[in-house]
Amino acid sequence: MNWLRRLLAISSKEARQLVRDRTTFGLIVGVPVMQILLFGYAINFDVRDVATVVLDQSRTALARQLIADLRATQVLGTVRAVDSEAGLRRALQEGAASIGIVIAPDLERRLYERRRPALQILVDGSQPSLENIAQGLVSSPLLQRPGTQPMARPVEIRVEYNPAKRTAVQIVPALIGVVLTLTMVVFTSMALVRERERGNLELLMTTPLTRGQLMLGKLLPYIAIGLVQTTLILLLSWWLFDVLIAGSLAELYLGALLFIAASLALGLFVSTVAQSQFQAIQMAFVTLLPSILMSGFMFPFDGMPPFAQALAQVLPLTHFNEIVRGIVLRGAVLADLQPQLGKLALFLLVTMSAALLRFHKRLD
Amino acid sequence: MIPAISARGLARHFGPVVAVDGIDLEIERATIYGFLGPNGSGKSTTLRMLCGLLRPTRGSATVLGHAVPREAEAVRRKLGYMTQRFSLWDDLSVAENLDFVSRVQGLDRATRRERIADRIRRYELGAFTGRRAGDLSGGERQRLALAAATLHTPELLLLDEPTSAVDPQSRRDFWESLFALVALGTTILVSTHYMDEAERCHRLAILDRGRIAAEGEPKVLARDIDATVIEIECDDLARARALLAQDPAVLSIAQLGSRLHALLAREAIEPARRLRELLAAQGLAAGVEQVGANLEDVFVAATRLRDAAAEHAA
Repeated sequence: MNWLRRLLAISSKEARQLVRDRTTFGLIVGVPVMQILLFGYAINFDVRDVATVVLDQSRTALARQLIADLRATQVLGTVRAVDSEAGLRRALQEGAASIGIVIAPDLERRLYERRRPALQILVDGSQPSLENIAQGLVSSPLLQRPGTQPMARPVEIRVEYNPAKRTAVQIVPALIGVVLTLTMVVFTSMALVRERERGNLELLMTTPLTRGQLMLGKLLPYIAIGLVQTTLILLLSWWLFDVLIAGSLAELYLGALLFIAASLALGLFVSTVAQSQFQAIQMAFVTLLPSILMSGFMFPFDGMPPFAQALAQVLPLTHFNEIVRGIVLRGAVLADLQPQLGKLALFLLVTMSAALLRFHKRLD
Repeated sequence: MIPAISARGLARHFGPVVAVDGIDLEIERATIYGFLGPNGSGKSTTLRMLCGLLRPTRGSATVLGHAVPREAEAVRRKLGYMTQRFSLWDDLSVAENLDFVSRVQGLDRATRRERIADRIRRYELGAFTGRRAGDLSGGERQRLALAAATLHTPELLLLDEPTSAVDPQSRRDFWESLFALVALGTTILVSTHYMDEAERCHRLAILDRGRIAAEGEPKVLARDIDATVIEIECDDLARARALLAQDPAVLSIAQLGSRLHALLAREAIEPARRLRELLAAQGLAAGVEQVGANLEDVFVAATRLRDAAAEHAA
């Protein structure tokens, strides 16, 4: 009873200070909103609606069919026809279009003979990702079909789970983990170090508080904050990006709870190492950057060298991202995600124990 | 009755730095015991060892019958500690700070309410219970800190330079509060670098570079000072001082306002006359007389004379 009273004393004090600290409170809401707007709207990995000019020298049904097929990929946006090569170059130069497509007059023969290119694609090389787009267009199956069968449809490309290939759908749910990493680790690492810096901790150490009470008491309010942030992101992604949760909401929250606890434990561990708030922030960022870059949040996992993949296994965000994408996009259930849950639980256990072992009620 | 604190050969090193260099303590219950010494003399380190925050490099200490640091947790239940820096929460109000500390101390609801009301009354905090601790004046903060440190009615209070940021009137009031606590049976160990505060203590240890240079009741320390104190009043103190410094019998000179205090070895014969003649020979008219030692003299005698003796021996 007394044990719980002391624990709750720490928690309620921490919560009170949090509510009072406008900046931190602003961050709790501000970070998720900013991130979701930034990643949801601004960052887009697949380029779409690229302005295009077409110089169709063959003027055949096949050529028109090809153009229609290319437009159907949604990569090409407004397609404007021009009459001459000069017109095409002018459009590119002026920036009115970023891709120019030249269709040879003898398109059908070239497709049939396969000796000379049937299409020439001109790309505005000043825009980095466009060249990849052009490569994609060239290798797309619809250009490789034999010209003898003008009515044949190109091979259909189907993208599963995210048929519209919208970045937002991949990115936004994974933002839960990024936002939680960003705020939870920083907040908890600061919480203890701040008290150390201000001398509060020296006073607390000379009271009968146990280190478990002190640490758990500090964590509890942040668990609540983490769940609030999770809810905020889910609501925003549903409202702004129509991201629906394929799996169970309750299971998603359970996974989030485990991840929040793991992140908080990491923050606590950082706070037992850092001697100043400045150090704490820096250390938190050291854990943050690899989390964002290597957890599969931004770059596909398979493209990373083996050592990086191994390192990513240590990051809780890697496993949480799989849990979130699994539940939100693929409708997975927690039973499917046992390995990830296990790794998260292990991480929590190890960091929390390390934090508790490192923290002593002493100044030396 | 066993003493509140006893220590034998207590020492603490920080790497190559020796902060506390083997001190013995014997502190009676229900008394105020003072640590007098400049910054860096080992006052805070000793207090921190006594409440288990620092482990001694050597030596042992027993606090309220418990060996520290081994039984530090048992001590902590009976201990109130006021750190040198204000260590309550600036962003919490007076009432919230008291409420929090009383919960951490594990007091039940009824006791909390009764104690907090009592401390607010006793330490005159009623006018600003809703004010944030960060907005209080130095004296108000000190009262709040003392109120918080006494919520669980500790048997022992460790106060680390409690009045260093406090005006003189608040300091007097603060000491009145300490005597009231002693009357209730509390033992108080207080560190200070103010002579007037040291004079109020029942007993005193003068700390100098990690060692106890002198120990005892302030009055006895002043009486038994190992030097003769000569007070000099004159118009040209700087010149008088320069002249006196040349006399080998003068062990140290300190200025107190418009007077000089010269410490001479006890063996010096007719010290007042000797100095008067010394100054007169240089045409300096001065009032010179032998006076009783004050704590400042005791402090100087205990710290600087030790150096002189050491130099002499070497």
